[in-house]
Amino acid sequence: MATTVHEPPKIKPRARKGGTGSGGGGWRDRTPRGGSVLALGDRSPAASKTGVWVGIAAITMSFAALTSALVVRQGSATDWRHFTFPSILYLNSLVLLASSFTLEFARRRFARFAILGPDEPSTSPLRWLHATLALGLLFVGGQYVAWVQLRSQGLYLATNPSSSFFYVLTAVHALHVLGGMGGLIYVSSKLRRSVLRKNTLDAASHYWHFMDILWLYLFLLLWMKV
Amino acid sequence: MAKIFAITLIIIAIASAVPIILHTWYPPPDISTHGALIDEQMADTMIEAGVSFLAAQIILAVFIWWFSTSKPGQKIKNFPGGARGLVAAAIVLVGLEVLALGVFGQKAWANIYFTPPGANAMPIQVQAGQFAFYFRYPGPDGKFGPIHPELINEATQNIFGLDQDHDQDSKDDIVTAQMAVPVNREIHLLMHAKDVGHSFYVRELRIQQDFVPGLDLSLHFTATKPGKYEIVCTQLCGLGHYNMKAYLLVMSQEDFDNWMKQQAAAQ
Amino acid sequence: MDETSQAPYVEHHTPPQGFIRNYVFSVDHKIIGKQYYGLALVAVLIGMVLSWLMRIHLVWPNSPVPGLKWLAHTSAPNGVITPEYYLSLMTMHGTLMVFFVLTNAPFAAFGNYFLPIQIGAEDMAFPRFNMMSFWITFLAFCFLIAAFFVGDGPPISGWTAYAPLSAVGAVAGPGQGTGQTLWGLSIATFCIASLLGSLNFISTTLDLRARGMTLMRMPLSTWAWFITACIALLAFAVLLPACGLLILDRLAGTSFFIPANLVVSDQIQPHSGGSPLLWQHLFWFFGHPEVYIAILPAMGIVSHILINAMRRPMLSHKVLIYSMMSLGFLSYMVWGHHMFVSGMNPLSSLMFSFPTLVITIPSTILTLIWIGSLYGCKLRITSASLFALGFVSLFVSGGVSGFFLAQPSIDVLLHATYFVVGHFHLVMGVAAIFGVFAGTYFWFPKMFGRMMNEKLGKLHFWLTFAGAYLIFMPFHYLGMAGNVRRYSAFVDDYLLPLMPVHRFITIAALATGAAQLIFLYNLIHSRFRGKPAAQNPWEATSLEWTVPSPPPWDNFGGKIPVVYHDPYQYGIEGATDDYVMQNDPKNIPTVPEEGLR
Repeated sequence: MATTVHEPPKIKPRARKGGTGSGGGGWRDRTPRGGSVLALGDRSPAASKTGVWVGIAAITMSFAALTSALVVRQGSATDWRHFTFPSILYLNSLVLLASSFTLEFARRRFARFAILGPDEPSTSPLRWLHATLALGLLFVGGQYVAWVQLRSQGLYLATNPSSSFFYVLTAVHALHVLGGMGGLIYVSSKLRRSVLRKNTLDAASHYWHFMDILWLYLFLLLWMKV
Repeated sequence: MAKIFAITLIIIAIASAVPIILHTWYPPPDISTHGALIDEQMADTMIEAGVSFLAAQIILAVFIWWFSTSKPGQKIKNFPGGARGLVAAAIVLVGLEVLALGVFGQKAWANIYFTPPGANAMPIQVQAGQFAFYFRYPGPDGKFGPIHPELINEATQNIFGLDQDHDQDSKDDIVTAQMAVPVNREIHLLMHAKDVGHSFYVRELRIQQDFVPGLDLSLHFTATKPGKYEIVCTQLCGLGHYNMKAYLLVMSQEDFDNWMKQQAAAQ
Repeated sequence: MDETSQAPYVEHHTPPQGFIRNYVFSVDHKIIGKQYYGLALVAVLIGMVLSWLMRIHLVWPNSPVPGLKWLAHTSAPNGVITPEYYLSLMTMHGTLMVFFVLTNAPFAAFGNYFLPIQIGAEDMAFPRFNMMSFWITFLAFCFLIAAFFVGDGPPISGWTAYAPLSAVGAVAGPGQGTGQTLWGLSIATFCIASLLGSLNFISTTLDLRARGMTLMRMPLSTWAWFITACIALLAFAVLLPACGLLILDRLAGTSFFIPANLVVSDQIQPHSGGSPLLWQHLFWFFGHPEVYIAILPAMGIVSHILINAMRRPMLSHKVLIYSMMSLGFLSYMVWGHHMFVSGMNPLSSLMFSFPTLVITIPSTILTLIWIGSLYGCKLRITSASLFALGFVSLFVSGGVSGFFLAQPSIDVLLHATYFVVGHFHLVMGVAAIFGVFAGTYFWFPKMFGRMMNEKLGKLHFWLTFAGAYLIFMPFHYLGMAGNVRRYSAFVDDYLLPLMPVHRFITIAALATGAAQLIFLYNLIHSRFRGKPAAQNPWEATSLEWTVPSPPPWDNFGGKIPVVYHDPYQYGIEGATDDYVMQNDPKNIPTVPEEGLR
């Protein structure tokens, strides 16, 4: 392994379909071909994607901790009371799922928009982004309705461990969804000013889809346990 | 300066070891049936730890002494065996040690926790609360009456919240501030926490166990030597934690019976 | 496309303008690193004073402490420390030291300053998150210090805040009201800051390395910061919800950690079903990785400095990295060794004991490599290298006491005694701090363009090294005799004969604490009057020594380096000096550092 070098070692290039991407390691850079001024993916930070995955790992860990707290708490005493699963949660899940679809539409539209340039209206990906935001807001509103449904059963935060965990898990998830919405608003504003990089949109999308998957997990957990 | 450092290291190493070797400050002699296993474990560990400690510090000192003065043009040398040898040594030495300590050491632990108390074990309940230990003996009926938390009243000295008017089993329960046990008799200690976390520690008995509010924990032990020993709380429980203690009195069966009679009369 | 020095894209910020942008809300990782260091310095000084007050109270319990009357007129009205005040001091001491010193200084401070430079980046991946990360840490610090000023004083439940004592509220005792809630808020806030910081470290290390800087070519300090960030990411992600649940138990009447029928101060608590052990599990699942978060950066820094002082690479670069990785990985499997006698299933105790014993393997490998690499080297003695060598000695001492604590049956005797306190103070309170000292003496010239005074540095080393052993070795003896910890006074029969040992410790502690003034003086004096430093005063090889002292705002003046060599090319035949810098393009035969030899 003697390294008699006057040249840096060849770093295995990741699939590069255009542009050079970053130097010492990074992620697959699916930049669109063509020299559209709007396709800033060439030198876009791969770090934003790494960052989102790292964030996703941390959030997963937090919910894992809450899950084990739930399981231990349920097993440590006999006071766990089951209650009626709020029916609106089924609808909320569909809403959030739909929002993932609208976000994906936005992403495809953006890819086309980035390639075809100013001829393709930027309103198309923007509209789908707004739809995603609206659905996200609908979801959070729906979660609030779920809480109202719980209150009508006389279940508050401290009433019973089952309701405690219900409120905590849904509230913490909703908080993260609001954070994701903040990210999407940031992305929309960049798109409107035509300075959106593909990696930024990708990062926000990964996070949003993760919120969806996380919700499906929490839905199942709560459905089984409460 | 390097040489002074080397000498200092060796002095520190040896000076640290001296009180250990001389047993200047050491656990008191054990008075329990399971204590010998723990003490043996401790002694084995002490040897391994002591040898590792002394060897590492002394070799560190020697290397610092030797290699802090170098002539110009002197070449860098590698430790014989290189990294491979050291990794192997670490795995083998430490691996063997882990095996020894872990596998053979679990006997002492199993002795305390994995053997159930004998059928003849005398049950004593201990309640830990801010900031005292109280003990309850079941009395002639051999049964403990239920605890009613709402009846717990320090002022009227109803420590355990007993309803001696309505609960048959509580009528003959004996509550004391000291724990007396007959020598060589197995005791089944039932642990109850009144308010927050506490712990039960008797050095001579080689016992330490936390009280967990909401959990019914128990220990069993047999004391082998009469005497007066201290039970101290080792789980931070509030401002009186430092003062939370009781006495364990180990006495002959005869003395114990007399003591019980006195306590029963004083209820 | 220009191939030679294509910088991986970083959010380019223009050179800062204005005092606020430059020095307060700076996005420059170097300023942020210094801010973390400053915060850690303030925290350690407060923490040290708290420890003096504790030690003084233990041996002179009834004497008024000079000055305390005015400093704490509500908690200690005539200057005498009460039992509850002692416990508050102890809680704040532990919290400040573990979080605001040991997580901040070796990791956030030095890591922020040097990780980007060592990998050839212009800044961290997310400079604004980085700035937020520091200021959120500062906010957490403010919340914690505020506990000193609320009605009932700071909490008394220790930095471990076991439930139900920490969860039932003010009824459990003084300090358990607002003080404890502020503690919970402070720690939760700290978690958020730490998560942001780890995010930055990980993304930066993975994505912003310069050309030629492969993972295996990163210096050991960078590796340590990277691994620490990975550990911290998962650990703080668990502590955050735990603190949240604790706060809910305290304020919202939930019962996550509080069981039924607790009679506290003659009142039955309106909670039921909760599990105090759940708090312990959640806390220690964070808590054990946390102590590795405290020690790993120090290991990396010490390795980095020792290599430079020895003028040779370690016997195996890769083995050190893999050992640090396995420490990080194993640190997640051992948390139950804090809970051997906690009332959890005794079988679990045995199960935790095994990985705890196994974790000594990578620790031993590291120690043997450090010591083994000294063989045949050309050791240079400086303040930095003395502290680095001292670290090795202290790590051995602190680590060896772990052999005892790792076994449940021996833990029966030693749990909650001064033996444990001695163990963790030696590894965290001294060894990790020695890593910080070593890093300070080593990197001060780079950070400030001036040398620290070597004579004072060596004096500081001698007093601190001797003092640390004089203070903390006796803790082990006290522990073996069964001296219980967290006692504000020693009234038990068997403790009275141990008082002379305590007096000895207190005097050693006060003296060693005073010796730190030398360091403080050296720091401040050298900052303004130190001898101007060359670019590479220690003749070191890593990238931070290729830039001016102090580095310009974008680290490399726009010219990102290209890396041609492994990080520790010392003792190279044919080289002009006995070392080759990482970005040196000359065709020089270099010795492979990696792999087992």
